[in-house]
Amino acid sequence: MSGTFGFRPTARATMLVDMSAQVTAAIVGPGNIGTDLLAKLQRSKVIDVRHMVGVVESDGLARAREAGVEASAGGVDWLLRQDPLPQLVFEATSAKAHQANAPRYAEAGIQAVDLTPAHLGPMVCPPVNLRDHLAAPNVSMITCGGQATIPMVHAVSRVTPVPYAEIIASIASRSAGPGTRANIDEFTHITGRAVAEVGGAAKGKAIIVLNPVEPPMIMRDTVFCMIGPDADHGGIVRSVHEMVAQVQEYVPGYTLRADPQFDEPRQDWGGNARVALFLEIKGNGDYLPEYAGNLDIMTAAAAQVGELMARAKLEARA
Amino acid sequence: MRPELIHDVRIIDTTLRDGSHAMAHQFTETQVRDTVRALDQAGVEVIEVTHGDGLGGSSFNYGFSHTDEMVLIAAAREEARNAKIAVLLVPGIGTVEDLKRARDAGADMVRVATHCTEADVSPQHFAAARELGMETAGFLMMAHKTSPENLAKQARIMVDAGCQAPYVTDSAGALLMDDGRARFEALVAEVGDEAWVGYHGHQNMSFGVANSVIGYEVGVRYIDGSLCALGAGSGNSPTEVLAAVFDRLGIETGVDVSGLLDAAEEVVRPYLPRWPKMDRNAIVQGWAGVYSSFLLHAERAGERYKVPAHEILRRCGELGYVGGQEDMIIDVAIQLAAEREKGHG
Repeated sequence: MSGTFGFRPTARATMLVDMSAQVTAAIVGPGNIGTDLLAKLQRSKVIDVRHMVGVVESDGLARAREAGVEASAGGVDWLLRQDPLPQLVFEATSAKAHQANAPRYAEAGIQAVDLTPAHLGPMVCPPVNLRDHLAAPNVSMITCGGQATIPMVHAVSRVTPVPYAEIIASIASRSAGPGTRANIDEFTHITGRAVAEVGGAAKGKAIIVLNPVEPPMIMRDTVFCMIGPDADHGGIVRSVHEMVAQVQEYVPGYTLRADPQFDEPRQDWGGNARVALFLEIKGNGDYLPEYAGNLDIMTAAAAQVGELMARAKLEARA
Repeated sequence: MRPELIHDVRIIDTTLRDGSHAMAHQFTETQVRDTVRALDQAGVEVIEVTHGDGLGGSSFNYGFSHTDEMVLIAAAREEARNAKIAVLLVPGIGTVEDLKRARDAGADMVRVATHCTEADVSPQHFAAARELGMETAGFLMMAHKTSPENLAKQARIMVDAGCQAPYVTDSAGALLMDDGRARFEALVAEVGDEAWVGYHGHQNMSFGVANSVIGYEVGVRYIDGSLCALGAGSGNSPTEVLAAVFDRLGIETGVDVSGLLDAAEEVVRPYLPRWPKMDRNAIVQGWAGVYSSFLLHAERAGERYKVPAHEILRRCGELGYVGGQEDMIIDVAIQLAAEREKGHG
């Protein structure tokens, strides 16, 4: 399938890039997310992860050293003393830490990909709007639910107006860390906003459910889009399948459980109709378990953002 | 600090919240005003008014409200002379922002609800409630899904966060009498005199009222009911039955039994779309331990995809879906329809 709907970020233009050149990168935050991200970035041909940074000695730092990456518990102070400095930094710490670190990266001219809930830079979703922000000094990866559902909202909204989109993210309890749990409102606010602003709906709403069933359930997301009574169903179906294929380029376990489900217009929907999309997001199992598709889609999307930023840098240099 | 009890038991009526499920969230302002007036006159201490899935529940997933819940809360506040108005908040659906708006609309109390093993998503909401000067209670939903010991630990998390009354919330109407008793005792022992323990029952296997009595015997002091049982699944413990039973037992609730019987018969019954009953679908919910609010959604999906609702509900139970995952009902219906197609093809 070719890009009927426009931009394809992994543009074949990369053929022009000197593949022997690499962009240097660091990961700040050697926890589960940072470790999984490292595994993904080490498969990149254009990114060379040189540093893993923590603030205390940890298993994560030890794992990074085993993977051949220089790792330090000296924090961002240590990182900024390195020569040369990395060109890209991936932050997988906390919102508070990133708020403190972001101005320092900016000052040092390091482009930052933020996986924390700090949301300082523009919110990006690789196949939807990254092209607008490839040179931004700082980009936000939104939330796991956002990365999973915004491509689908966009797939519908580029075909027909979407006055309202609603997403429900169900994740395994084991994959919800203490940060998510203590600030669950942040998920609903940010994701709901991004579903509208990035996904292209006039209004957005997000719901998150933690499910403790054993064995753990694989991440599930449902996307409901309000559409007009005469919306082009065939066009929506094609657009959705095309977008699924695009997300699969960086999240192979991203699948539709069923074809898009169309519901007739209803009076209590203001005379509008609805399309429902049911997604399953199985992680790649790099470091995180497969059921934790919510965490995997964050690291996979961040790696994809890094990949495209790195290619842009190499192309600019060429 | 738990509030002083005025009577032996504090009856909390949830006709206008859990009943919202059975009404497909179509409550009108007039229905709410009439019901609140009747409950208030009959001496019910607390009346809960919210979308069935709590603040912010109006959605594709759970059903859009006919009338904005903030309008309904404000109307309830206006009608109630003595009763407190409570709202439900399910973290992940509703937010602190919604809570502030409910407070402005006149809500006096919030009940924060989480799945029985996920209480640690609630502290930010309890903290906000206390800051807003609201009374608090905590719902540990689907309480049959975890052991009494673990349920008590989860209650502790809520109490430490500012919850004045953690609840054994039998969302599926699945607790048999011994299951209920063990959980009541565990929570009462855990919270001591720091908080009251509550019980929220569903009638799917007809234990709502019986468990309420057992609860009282072992120290439960907040008890939920709905007029005409109006609630999810086969409904809640009927408030009017609770009042009559506690009266017979000589347990003081402060509620006028005749007044409540009139309220049920003359105010609520005329607007019932159907009297919640123990039919096949609802019994399957209690039997298989399925979230009661799934009932109408399963019936709708069953109709749309031509599969029996009770099969959908059973599958939801097998897959361990929890409150809030109403979207999975459609997914299950699609899968069941596909399986049938294959079987016949």
